[in-house]
Parts: sequence; structure tokens; C-alpha cells
Amino acid sequence: MKSKVANKPLEARKASPLLVSLSAVFLGIVAGAILIAMIGKNPIAGFDRIIFGALSNVRRVGNTLGMSTQLILIGLSVAFAFKTGLFNIGASGQMLMGGITGSILAYYLPLSMPRPLYLLIIILSSGLVGALWGFISGFLKAKFNVHEVVSTIMLNWTAYWLVYDWIQRFIVDPTIVVKSKPIEQAHTLRAGWLTDITNFSTLNYGFFLAVIACVIIWFILDKTTVGFRLKAVGSNRFCAEYAGIKVNRSIMISMAVAGALAGLAGLTYYCGYSNIMEMGKMPNEGFDGIAVALLGNCSPVGVFFSAIFFGILKMGRGSLAATGIPTEIADTIIATIIYFTATNVILANFWNGRFKKSFERKEEAIAIALSNQGRSGEDISSLSKEERRNLVKLGMPELKEKRKNEKNNKEAK
Amino acid sequence: MSHVIEMIGIRKEFPGIVANDDITLQVEEGEIHAILGENGAGKSTLMSILFGLYHADKGVIKVRGKEVHISSPNDAFDLGIGMVHQHFQLVHNFTVAENIILGKEGGFVYDIKSASKKIKEISDRYGLSIDSDMVIEEITVGMQQRVEILKMLYRDADILIFDEPTAVLTPQEIDELMQIMRNLAAEGKSIILITHKLDEIKAVAERCTIIRRGKLIDVVDVKSTSAEDMAALMVGHPVSFKVEKDEAKVGETVLEIKNLNVLNNKKVLGVKDFSLSIRRGEIVGIAGVDGNGQSELVEALSGLRKVESGEIYFNGKEITNSSIQERNEMGLGHIPEDRQKRGLILPAPLSTNFVIKEFYKEPYSRRGILNFGKIEEYGEKIINKFDVRSGEGIQSPAGTLSGGNQQKAIIGREIEADPELLIAVQPTRGLDVGAIEFIHKELVKERDNGKAVLLVSFELDEIFNLSDRIAVMNAGRLIDIVYTKDTDEHAVGLMMAGIKKEERSEV
Repeated sequence: MKSKVANKPLEARKASPLLVSLSAVFLGIVAGAILIAMIGKNPIAGFDRIIFGALSNVRRVGNTLGMSTQLILIGLSVAFAFKTGLFNIGASGQMLMGGITGSILAYYLPLSMPRPLYLLIIILSSGLVGALWGFISGFLKAKFNVHEVVSTIMLNWTAYWLVYDWIQRFIVDPTIVVKSKPIEQAHTLRAGWLTDITNFSTLNYGFFLAVIACVIIWFILDKTTVGFRLKAVGSNRFCAEYAGIKVNRSIMISMAVAGALAGLAGLTYYCGYSNIMEMGKMPNEGFDGIAVALLGNCSPVGVFFSAIFFGILKMGRGSLAATGIPTEIADTIIATIIYFTATNVILANFWNGRFKKSFERKEEAIAIALSNQGRSGEDISSLSKEERRNLVKLGMPELKEKRKNEKNNKEAK
Repeated sequence: MSHVIEMIGIRKEFPGIVANDDITLQVEEGEIHAILGENGAGKSTLMSILFGLYHADKGVIKVRGKEVHISSPNDAFDLGIGMVHQHFQLVHNFTVAENIILGKEGGFVYDIKSASKKIKEISDRYGLSIDSDMVIEEITVGMQQRVEILKMLYRDADILIFDEPTAVLTPQEIDELMQIMRNLAAEGKSIILITHKLDEIKAVAERCTIIRRGKLIDVVDVKSTSAEDMAALMVGHPVSFKVEKDEAKVGETVLEIKNLNVLNNKKVLGVKDFSLSIRRGEIVGIAGVDGNGQSELVEALSGLRKVESGEIYFNGKEITNSSIQERNEMGLGHIPEDRQKRGLILPAPLSTNFVIKEFYKEPYSRRGILNFGKIEEYGEKIINKFDVRSGEGIQSPAGTLSGGNQQKAIIGREIEADPELLIAVQPTRGLDVGAIEFIHKELVKERDNGKAVLLVSFELDEIFNLSDRIAVMNAGRLIDIVYTKDTDEHAVGLMMAGIKKEERSEV
């Protein structure tokens, strides 16, 4: 939205969410460096290894993107729920449900099916089952006022045991009975050409699915009446209700959309990144997604980049071990970043304070320059940007001199 | 003469707004000093600076002649400054005594008995009549406020700041509070009263500092200055207290309520067998003490609350069970009682708030896609027409506006939607005379345009000023409905207490 305010008074810049997130990342990296230094290793070498492990050749880049795929989708799921006032902590369960749907279909659908049709079916089915899983939480909240944090956690475990049972019942690997039978390449989301150009990495169609999902969610949230409704309910459900928006329906829709995104993440993870499902394993990604969403300021674009960043850390950590630095350092960096994102108000205040100081300095410099030119008293806001910049340049040396003298005087006293 | 507080040349800027511009305030020991100003004039900012919640960009604060730096409420407490906030800061499921000693418990095991004794002493001394064993959620709003006052006194504060203290009180409670303030001043406490209600200043204050748009206008002696003069200084132009309006030209019935029964939050009938009809071109005022079923009635009419039995007709069509959206579309406007909870999405920009009921209609959206150009155009139209002032125009989050401007925004939204019936609940609660005058004029304009207005207010003045007919509610029932010109405040007051005319004549 463009600002159309005429005569907007001049003021100092405000810290943008991007700057705040980048500061959190920076501080997380600094904390990681300190930790590495404290165990007597070289931090530069450590970060070099992480970058090496994640990005040093096309295969590694492919793997990083492959790993990021599910993080994008889960992050998007959590962010979407956040934006609409809900805390989806059940992405893991929704992911499992989406994954098992894809895996069972991959096992039972004939290999002779046309691939586009097959892909369409598994994508829609996993999304739908994930949506259903999310919808249950939304329904419980809307009808019985069950808090979504409670219901989604419980549904995580419901999904966990259902998947445990269904792997054994429908798709077990006869040789190793604790996991599912590997899915044929043609029935995964892997694509021959992607595998070829990335030298057999885990990159698959899921990545494009995630990018498309980002665009669609951005569009829904920012451009449509559906998004308007959901955000209204998210930011003040009492006002939304008063305005005639059906609050309960919005809650159910939100949870279903969040569930669908997490369900798709399950599909990309179990039928793309990997090709098996293990029994009795709750995917961590459901919780990593919360960090992704927070760091990405819950915006689809932010989520995309923060997921890639987390993907780099997760893929790069493996290479840390070679230098003798424990891989947990990478997890510590992630944790530190989460702390700093959670306390984003402090970071924002820090930047706002700095911007204000520099703004005041510039104002003062302009005043000096103006009075030197005999134009003192002129309204600064009437000047063009270009003029202001020149005046700052003119006045700054004198201001610096003035400050220096003040300082010297103080010391002399 | 010694100044207990001096704030000299205070300046404070917020993004886009200079909230305080070179303001000086001098309070003498033992006086009640009023600070008068419209909403958004900078009164609260000035007090927040004194209380350590904000830092002044420029200026000096002196307490008892000594220059001080107040960087937090704790510093203020240490200097003996206490503040009674507009929104009480009490723990609802704690007792009075527990709330008062909160933060001052002393050691690991706190001594509630001696605290209670001290509380009783203070309460008796200033006539606060507080029972320290009551739980906060069980006592009235007026008493909660007295607990806030006691909390300050318990901490030995001798400079007390009252921020809009009467906004939430009934007329009787206001009288009690005024008496308490006089008692406090008589005992040597200095009081700063922030308000925009002139009768309160007239009642208790000795001097009054008047602020307009962040600037100091004047410091006046209350006794020798008329209320009209103070009002003119506050808003910058002469103000009329009476609402000018012609005889009502009533048309056909817009809203008809038949034998309505509505449950309240405690699941008992809050509205009982209520019948009323409202016609085009008239303002019907509902008078009654807060909590006598007005909220339940309004919620039933607007669709926020289910009806137990009875019927509601709107332009002849039954809407008893219609959805809120259906009612909106039929032309039912609603200025809600709680503007921050119901009326606005505080973090969202004004432009969003203006289309909150209409975003799904053309031209604000087409086929589900929002048209931001049209939405902004509409927003600009409302803020210009209704003079809604904000730092960044329609982009300002609603929460950054002052109370009066928030209310103007809501009223602008509701009136611009051109409703057949406008339900206005406490439309001027907590607003200054300038804003009240504006809002009253707008409501009368609606009526003159042939719309029906249902006004719910706890302030009798407002009811009498605006209404063509007055319906009096008591304990959920309609006691009587009378023409304003045929009645007076005394008669309505008795009806508000539940005494009907016939019964009165029997007595």
C-alpha cells in the first residue's frame, strides 16, 4: 500500500522487520562464533565448514534446497496460523498424516499411471488429509472452545500412532519391519532432470510446490477478501464478530489451510526428500517450522528465506564434525536466533534509537548549513531530498568540529 | 508559595506528532490542580513523563524544588508520586488487601494482618469505606477505583495523579470521588486531576492548566473562570452545550421489538419481556443505570447475542435470528459500547477498519480480490469528512489514535455506510466537549435525514439533550417510555430506580 499522506512530517527511520530478523541472525552467528572460540577452535573455520557442507557444489546446494522444502511449507503453515491468530503447534502431526497418505498411495497406485495425473492425485490427497487434520483442531476450537495448542499436540500423538499402525498394516518393508517399503523413484516427487543437474541430490518437485505455496499464501493473505477476513479474526475476533465476519468459520478455515500446508510438507519429506517412513518417529520439522515462521516475521517471503537459511545450517552441520567442532553448535545458533527473534522488541528499540540519533545529527547539520548560507529559520520539510542531502554534507564537518570542541571542553573541566 | 511539582519546558515527540511542546506545569502543595485538554491534546503524555513512563525530549522536572530524573514508575513512587490510571491495574481474583500490598509484601512470609490494619486506618481517615477482605471481581467499579487510590496512599504517596477518573463511574460514585479528593487535599495531599469534564473541575479544582494540541494555552483560576470560557480555551473556539434541533418529523416504524427475552452472561434473563418501536426521524434514548440489560438488548438487536424468545422486526421483516452480516446489509448501523474491544482492530490501519463491514462488496473488492485503491479512497473520504486526526492518515494503526479520534473513526464508518437505523451505545464515553459536540451533531443530522437512532447512554444529560423519546430500563424491563418534552430528569431518575408513574401516584 502506497502512502498518500501529504505533508508527512519528517521523522527518523523505523527498524523494518527485515532488519530485526537480520540482526537476530547476526547475533546468533556471533553467539555461535563465541562458543566455537570457547572450545578452542577457529570460528571462521567452523562457519567455513557449514557453508562448505551446505553450498560447496551443486549436489550440496540441491540437498540444502531439498531440506529447505519442508521447512518452507511447515514455516508457511505456522505463519499462516499465526497471522490469523492461531498457534499451530501440530504441524508434525499434520505432516505425518500428509506423508502417510502420499506413501500409501505411492504403494497402491499402479506404476503405469500417467505421471502428471499421479502427482496431481498425491498432492491433492496429502493436502486434503493434512487439511482435515488441521480442521479437527479448528472445529474443536470453534465448537467447544478447546485451545488449539492442546488439541494440536494431542493430534500429533494420534497421528504418530496411526502412522505407526498403518505402516505395519499397509506398506511395511518385509525385510526391515520398522519402516515402510521404499517408494519407486517414479512414484516419488523426484524428477530425473532435477536429479541430473544437481548430481543426485534430494532436490525434487516439492521445492516448486513450496515456492508456489508461498506465492498463493501471500496472495490470499494480502490481496483477497478471504485473507482480509482471516486476518481480521486473527487480530481482533470481537471486532470481526461485530462486523459480521463468521469467526468460527474463519478459525476452521485457517486451521485447515495450515494443516494442508503441513500435509504437503509431509508429502515432500517422505515421498521426495526421503522415500521411506520410519515407525515411531515424530518429525522435528514441525517444531523447526515455528522458528522459521518467527524469523520470517510470518510473511511468506520471509518464511522462504528463513527456511533456506535454516536449511543451510541443518545441511552444513554435518561437515562441522570433521573439524572437531560438535554439530550441536549449529543447533545452538538456531536456538540463539530464536531467542533473539522472540525478543524482537529489544532489537527494534535498539535500531530505532540509533536511527533517531543519526536523524537528529543530520537535522542539526542542516540547520548549521542553512544558517551559514544565511537561510536560517527555513522549514526543513520544504526542502527536497537532494537538497537535504547536500546540506547534510555541508554542515556535517562543522558539526563534528563543534562536537569535538564540546568534548574537549568537558574533559578540560 | 512552594511548588510541590514543577515541569518546565517539557517537549515530547512521537512519530508524526509533537505531543508536548514546551509545556510548563506548576502544582502547589495541597491544591487540586486540573489539567484540561481535548483527547490527544497531550495531557496523558505529560503525566506519563511525570510518572516515569516516558522520557521528555527536553525540559526539567522539579519535585519539591529539587531537580529530579524520573526514569521509571519506581522512581516516581520513591518521590511520593502516585497515579490512578484510567484502566485499573488490579489482580481480579486477589482480595483488596492482597492487591494493595502487591509489590510491597516485605519478606518471604507476608503479614496480611498488619497490612489490613493499616489499610483500614487509611480507609477511615479519608472516608474511602473499603473492606480489605473483598475480592476485586466482586466489588463495583467505583470501589475498585478507591482501591487504586488506597494503593497509592499505602505507599505514602503525597502527590496523586488522577487520569480521567470519572470515565467509568456512575453519578453517585462521581460525587463520592469528588468528596474523597477534597478530603485528600484537606489532609495536605497534592492532586493533579486530568480530565475534560468541566463540571468536575468546577466542583473540586482550584487552578486549571489548559492544554491544546500539545501546547500550553493558559493557567486559570477555576472560581473566577466560567465553564464556557474554559471550554473555549480548550477547543480554541466557543462551544455550545445545548444541542440545537428542530421538532422531530417521524415517519414509519423501522425497528419493532416484541416481547423480547434475552439471557445475560450469568444465564439468567437480562432483558425481560421488552417491547419498543422506533420510527424514522426520531432519536429514542434508553436511560438506565449501567447493567440493567442495555448491553444485552443492544447485542440482541445487532445479532451478537441469541434471543431467548420474542421477535425483532426491521422495516417489517423479521430479523430475530438473522446473522450479523444480514443485519448490516439491511441497514443496521452500530456504534459499539467498547470501541477498543469491538469497534476497531487496533493493530490494523484505519483504511482496513473503515471497510471492516464492507470489504467483500464492490467497489472495495471484486470476485474476492481487494481493491486497495478504492479502499484508500474511501478511507480518505471518511477521515476528511469526520476530521479523524492521526499521525499517518489512513495508514495509522487505529490503536495509535487518541480515544476521541478512535470514536470519530467508528462514527464516520457507521454513518458513511448510510444505515436505516443507527444504534449508538455510549457514543461519547470518555470524550471531550469538542468531540461530544461533534458527535451529537452527527447523530441529530442522521435523525433529520430521516434515519432512526437508538441511543443508549448512562449519562442523563446526553439522553435529555438528544432524545425525542426516552425509554427507561430497570432490571431488564422497560419501565416506561415518555416524550422528552413531557418529562424531567427527576421523573426519569425515579423510573431508573424502578418506580413507575402509577405506583408513584399511589404513594
